[in-house]
Amino acid sequence: MTHHGSPSDAPHAAAARAGKYLTFALGGESYGIPVTKVREIIRLCPITRVANMPPHVRGVINLRGKVIPVVDLRTRFGLTSAGDHDRTCIVVTQVSANAGPGSRPYGVIVDAVEEVAGFSAADIQPTPDFGGAIDTRFIVGMAQAGAGVKALVDLDAIAAAEVTSVDAPSIPPSSS
Amino acid sequence: MNPAAALEKTEKLLRFIGLELAFVDPDAHKPADELRALLVQLKEAVDGGAPDHIRELAVVALGLVEPLPGGTVVLSGETVARLHDWQPRIEEAVIAWSRQRPASPAPPAAAAASVQPPAAGHAAATAPEPMRPVPASAAGPAAASGPTASAKPPATGELVSILPADADPELMRLFCSEAEDLLRDIEQGVLVLEERPGDAGTLATVFRAFHTFKGNASVMKLAAMQRVAHELESLLDAARRGSLPLDRSAIDVILAGADLFERFIAELAAQVDGVNAGRQISLPMSSVIGRAQAALSGGPPTAAIASADRTRSSSTAVAGMSAAARPPAEPVAAPERVVPVVPAAVEPPAAVHATRSSADGSSAAAGGAVTAAPAPAAAGDATARAAGAAGLIRVDTMKLDGLIDLVGELVIAQSMVVQSAALQSVADEQLSSSLGQLRGITSELQQTALALRMVPVRATFQKMARLVRDLSQQVGKEIRLVLEGEETEIDRTVVEELSDPLVHMIRNAADHGIETPADRIAAGKEAAGTVTLRAFHKGGAVVIQIVDDGRGLSAARIRQKAVERGLISPTDVLADREVLDLIFAPGFSLAARVTDLSGRGVGMDVVRRNIERLRGTIEIDSVEGRGTTFTITVPLTLAIIEGLLVKVGDERFIVPTLSVRESFRPLPEMLTVVQGRGEMVSVRGRLTPLLRLGDHLGIRADVADPAQGIVMVLEAGQECRCVLVDALLGKQEVVIKSLGETFRDRLEFAGAAILGDGCVGLILDAGGLVRLKFRHPEAA
Repeated sequence: MTHHGSPSDAPHAAAARAGKYLTFALGGESYGIPVTKVREIIRLCPITRVANMPPHVRGVINLRGKVIPVVDLRTRFGLTSAGDHDRTCIVVTQVSANAGPGSRPYGVIVDAVEEVAGFSAADIQPTPDFGGAIDTRFIVGMAQAGAGVKALVDLDAIAAAEVTSVDAPSIPPSSS
Repeated sequence: MNPAAALEKTEKLLRFIGLELAFVDPDAHKPADELRALLVQLKEAVDGGAPDHIRELAVVALGLVEPLPGGTVVLSGETVARLHDWQPRIEEAVIAWSRQRPASPAPPAAAAASVQPPAAGHAAATAPEPMRPVPASAAGPAAASGPTASAKPPATGELVSILPADADPELMRLFCSEAEDLLRDIEQGVLVLEERPGDAGTLATVFRAFHTFKGNASVMKLAAMQRVAHELESLLDAARRGSLPLDRSAIDVILAGADLFERFIAELAAQVDGVNAGRQISLPMSSVIGRAQAALSGGPPTAAIASADRTRSSSTAVAGMSAAARPPAEPVAAPERVVPVVPAAVEPPAAVHATRSSADGSSAAAGGAVTAAPAPAAAGDATARAAGAAGLIRVDTMKLDGLIDLVGELVIAQSMVVQSAALQSVADEQLSSSLGQLRGITSELQQTALALRMVPVRATFQKMARLVRDLSQQVGKEIRLVLEGEETEIDRTVVEELSDPLVHMIRNAADHGIETPADRIAAGKEAAGTVTLRAFHKGGAVVIQIVDDGRGLSAARIRQKAVERGLISPTDVLADREVLDLIFAPGFSLAARVTDLSGRGVGMDVVRRNIERLRGTIEIDSVEGRGTTFTITVPLTLAIIEGLLVKVGDERFIVPTLSVRESFRPLPEMLTVVQGRGEMVSVRGRLTPLLRLGDHLGIRADVADPAQGIVMVLEAGQECRCVLVDALLGKQEVVIKSLGETFRDRLEFAGAAILGDGCVGLILDAGGLVRLKFRHPEAA
């Protein structure tokens, strides 16, 4: 767990983050990701578990012949999961590849997709510091939308953390 | 070190460096640590008494191959070109040193500045020191007193412009790819000719290849290449007509010419794609031309024969000319350059004719009716090319892979349709027959698509033929290479990846395996050693064997070395086979046989790693005194694997068939337990640790008692491990998909595949499971 967003870049970052977001529900809360990152939304399908991964990595699915990873954002954010139900779906996104340029597909399980909303720079506020009790590494801002507040999620950071946050491999590199 | 020893060592190293350079791929950005190691040794060798300028040259080369911060050396195309410039210079200097006379008459810098004014600035930019001037005798067209066959001729190169300014890139690419094919034909043909100098069919093939190359070069306005091709073509033509025996020196010239073309084409191809456009590279043009002319004019034996030969060839030419009603005074051609002429009555096709006349610019001016090449050959050539153009197309491999991916998806979609419960409930004969047809077509389509990626191993094998030829000269042994099963087809990627390991093993066979002729005779063997390179299909895999009839490996000595290096303890009990396998251990080397090739930090462990990366295996078999056999088994293709579908609890996994040595249901008496948990299975008398796949992957297995489940013996390298699964579900071919970055640390999985029902199945990695180490529970 090494990656920490720097709070100093927050104000002008907020302006840069203005745009259209896909909002969705996780537990009782509301979150958003830039629509430019979204490739498609599919119904929940059989997921093949991959052993020895952190709990939020649910496994891989077959997306028309491509094998893509799927993570459960509810578990990732430590929310109590009501389990999968008929509105649960997979948002297939593009996150930046760790090695080299380009992007890779990345599936995210959400409780329900809400809407596509446009947020101006004025709508977006930096993520408050909750005093260290709450892990806000992956929340890049809070958007005011009507009565509610949407937490804007940095999927690139989530995906990147996976690659490095996996427990020390159970097979140590052979040092013989 | 005394100067004589230093000289001997330097000469030997230069041969290895030359070989290494010949296999350096410009712009491939492959690590070149071997080359650097050799250059380091070279510097040490020349420091032991070489003249100053040779020592400077060694330092210059070493400076070119500075390692990156990580410690590896990566060569850019530019560096490779510089090294190619450098090599002939140091070789020449060393030859001069060996003759104990001053190497360079003048400091190179001053000489070059005056001789090569247009390129001087450029030369300084591309080469650390400018090129040495070309000796006038070698540059002149009539080098009657040219180099003798036995002595190494001056290998100085000239700077040659590569890409004509107005070249059409598309045509040029076409030219390059065709030229590569022609060069392959030439090289292979020449090696055959070396064995059977009189083989008319091969002579005709090689001649035609040069002829076509020359014609194409002329169309592309590559005058320099055209000129060299012309000389070599003349040489071959003389051989074809029986007026010139193809001895070793003639073969050497032809191969040198082919090398020159190869470098030119490689540079041309790069420049067409915009790499280093406009750069000039140094090629030993006049050296090759001079040697070809010398060989054609009779070569070394005696001056009398040489002049007689020349008279004969020029008289033939004159006779031909009169038949063709050419003007009596042919203004340009010196006797050596006259190509025998056939009667004008046999007119070649117009296209060939046009190529011809522009090829021989001077003769074309002399009269339109010159038909320099024998028309039947030319016509046949044209036909062959036309047929080739109609029968083959070149396709981008990316497109091909895309197609194969799509077909793989189609096959899965098809099986999902056919297996769908809704369709199965429809009792319609028409439908089920249509579905059967659909299944047939898709599976045939998949076979066809996969076959598109398949290429014969021939090209790779032929590269080895050349390698063995060069090696046998270098190490002073007689080595015959026998190729078998060159037509065996294998995935293109696999072939490419196999090349390096093969080079390494063939080198080993030539350097360590085959004995010197004297030793062989003393051992009651033929003086010439034989290395056999064999490929064949076996099951769903391709087997490649490298067999030598050399001295074999001594298990006792390997054992002793392994103990010295702490790889095994003196008390370890090992079967001979296991002892032989120790040569694959990292850092293992039979120090008793260290030569200049050894101690480069590259060993059989790298070979094995390369093979395993291809999901293949390598085995060794050796009888001391009789020879060694390496058997490499690789899958036909990397896109698809044949796997066993196994079940653990509710989950299914695919195990690559090639990694499964055997699988069985163990009898209770085969099982042993250590410390209450460490389970072992006795497999053919050997205790092998048992890994419960379900426990390792956190799955609740249906089978608790191994005697109720299935034990698979997985092997990776020399290690094995038994893996317990609930059941075997079947055998299946699957298209391999990458699991992607998220799972890159999961070494127990090699990838994923879409199973027949559309779900993803994970492919187990035998290497990962076998090398799994015990992890202390408290540390977890």
